[in-house]
Amino acid sequence: MSFSVTEPSNRTKWVAGTAVVLYAVITILPLMWIIATGFKSPADSISYPPKILFEPTLEGYVNLFTQRTRLNEEDLAALPPPETWYDEMVREQGQVITGASRYGERFMNSVIIGFGSTFLCMVLGTAAAYAFSRFRVPLKDDLLFFILSTRMMPPIAVAIPIFLMFRQLGLNDTHLGMILLYTAVNLSLSVWLLKGFIDEIPVEYEEAALIDGYTRFQAFYKVVLPQAATGIASTAIFCLIFAWNEYAFAVLLTSGTAQTAPPFIPTIIGVGGKDWPAVAAGATIFLVPVMVFTILLRKHLLRGITFGAVRK
Amino acid sequence: MAQIRIENVRKEFGTFTAVQSSSFTIEDGEFFMLLGPSGCGKTTTLRMMAGLELPTSGEIYIDGEEVGMKPASQRDIAFVFQMFALYPHMNVGKNISYPLLSQGMPKAQVKKKVDEVAQILGITDILKKPVGGLSGGDRQRVALGRAIVRDPKAFFMDEPLGALDAEFREHMSEELRALHDRMGATTVYVTHDQLEAMQMGDKIVVMNHGVVEQFGVPQDIYDWPATMFVASFIGSPSMNFLNFHGIVGSGTNSVDLGDSQIRIPEQHGGARGDLALGVRPEHVHLDDSSSYRGEVTATEYLGTTQIVTLNTPNGEIKARIPSSDRVHVGEKTGLHFDERTITVFETEKGRALLSAGNEGVLNHG
Ligand SMILES: Nc1ncnc2c1ncn2[C@@H]1O[C@H](COP(=O)(O)OP(=O)(O)O)[C@@H](O)[C@H]1O
Ligand SMILES: [Mg+2]
Repeated sequence: MSFSVTEPSNRTKWVAGTAVVLYAVITILPLMWIIATGFKSPADSISYPPKILFEPTLEGYVNLFTQRTRLNEEDLAALPPPETWYDEMVREQGQVITGASRYGERFMNSVIIGFGSTFLCMVLGTAAAYAFSRFRVPLKDDLLFFILSTRMMPPIAVAIPIFLMFRQLGLNDTHLGMILLYTAVNLSLSVWLLKGFIDEIPVEYEEAALIDGYTRFQAFYKVVLPQAATGIASTAIFCLIFAWNEYAFAVLLTSGTAQTAPPFIPTIIGVGGKDWPAVAAGATIFLVPVMVFTILLRKHLLRGITFGAVRK
Repeated sequence: MAQIRIENVRKEFGTFTAVQSSSFTIEDGEFFMLLGPSGCGKTTTLRMMAGLELPTSGEIYIDGEEVGMKPASQRDIAFVFQMFALYPHMNVGKNISYPLLSQGMPKAQVKKKVDEVAQILGITDILKKPVGGLSGGDRQRVALGRAIVRDPKAFFMDEPLGALDAEFREHMSEELRALHDRMGATTVYVTHDQLEAMQMGDKIVVMNHGVVEQFGVPQDIYDWPATMFVASFIGSPSMNFLNFHGIVGSGTNSVDLGDSQIRIPEQHGGARGDLALGVRPEHVHLDDSSSYRGEVTATEYLGTTQIVTLNTPNGEIKARIPSSDRVHVGEKTGLHFDERTITVFETEKGRALLSAGNEGVLNHG
């Protein structure tokens, strides 16, 4: 048997493969469990031993999106026959639908605030990073350090001043307030990441564009931006994930109009007993946008991470 | 087509002076070489002419118009970068058409121009290819294509052949020169390779430490260097210096080295102290009748010629002589110097003294 430096032996491959599979299972299992629970009946969801195989039902999803009230047998019998499949499903539980739940709104709030702050953060972050990368900014190093230092304590440490400030400014429980807040939190890291990416793009490309007759802004827009796409995409994913999952500020600063999904999902538990399938359904749907966004940009994300890694 | 004039241009980066008060003129249609060792300020000078860098002081004129404060996009020049700077997210054709699109030229006309340029450069078959996978030579051609497609007033090229391997450089430099002769546009070409500069240039500026040492046609610079730096930077092997201490008076046409009298062109300036005679290796002849003697310490065979290294009372010198001449290491021989070609330098200042030989060349500057 020959020995090779670059080609791992079969045993090494086998061990590495097993380790990766194990790790994947451990990471994916809770996710799978949540998704499965969303399709269980309330009884199956809490049965012991836990059920791997079960009869799937959409009850959890119906409950997630509806508000219901419990009626006694007589009143139920007196109702006209159910019009839709979900009406019927709810009646079988001895309930009737009284309206739509808040989940849809809260989910939309998450989308608006999450994507809104990510977008704003990318616009401001790219502009700042470009300036720091290309222009002679007085006190550049100090400013960059200051920007990074805003990220050194956990954001929630400033919760009380922010709460008071938001109350003064009327930003409590508004979309704008949450977008500004998440942008502010994400911006420092974004500027640093993006500056790294822009530093890697040789300045000659812009100079070539300047000489080709384009303005500084056109050169930035047509030559730098396309090349920074990878960096911007991976930075955007980091920002979106933070804004999307953020819980503490959302609990503190939103309660109605601008409440995002994370603080809302736990409140589902309280509606008519422990409705685990509805909670799981809410969590599952909540996972989808970030997952889709990440999968769409996964090529950039991978390249972005390794790109940053080889910098000196 | 343009004449470019640099007047007392100076560039400082913080406390560091990259270019010191430089002046020279590039005539319309010239192939002009900016030559000097790495770090001497060639790129900085070129970038100031292009508008990519603002001079700290001094003026730059293109066709008589002062352009010091004009942005690069309005100077109507083309720049070929050392690393070519082809836009990586566009294919070859798109890269070449990019300067035209900025002028808002109609699509059909753009296509016609691009095809024309591709034809000239022989890259028609790669127009649709991404620039990523191109060979060095093709990248070079695409970069040239992007430069010539717009018919700019002047071409600026920063070591455009630096990224190519030696074999290909020669071919490409011929191609470049031919292209210039065909288009006739003013070209400013930066290089640290003295041979390239001598071969390709109509005129050369030699820079060192941010200072313009000499400016003129290759032949003049080779024959009559203004400074010891130019003398040793240009030519291979470089000019010999026979160091001596003494006096050279105005009107003199010989100096005494030891017991020998060496004839030199009639001097028009005078100097005393540490001096040196500059002699090109091909102007050193082995001649046993001469009283000035040296000892052969090495020979290097170069085909038709050979380089002989000799020890003399005034330092080591090299001679380029025909290969057919028999010389042996250790041999002592008389040396004769071609008197019409000798330059006398003041060693401390490193400057050439004016003589009947170099006066015509050095006095115009
Ligand atoms: N932007 C800059 N900031 C500071 N120093 C610079 C800058 N650009 C060039 N220099 C310095 O100026 C000198 C001349 O540089 P350059 O013109 O690039 O030389 P060359 O092209 O002849 O090799 C070098 O010492 C270089 O380090
Ligand atoms: Mg250079």
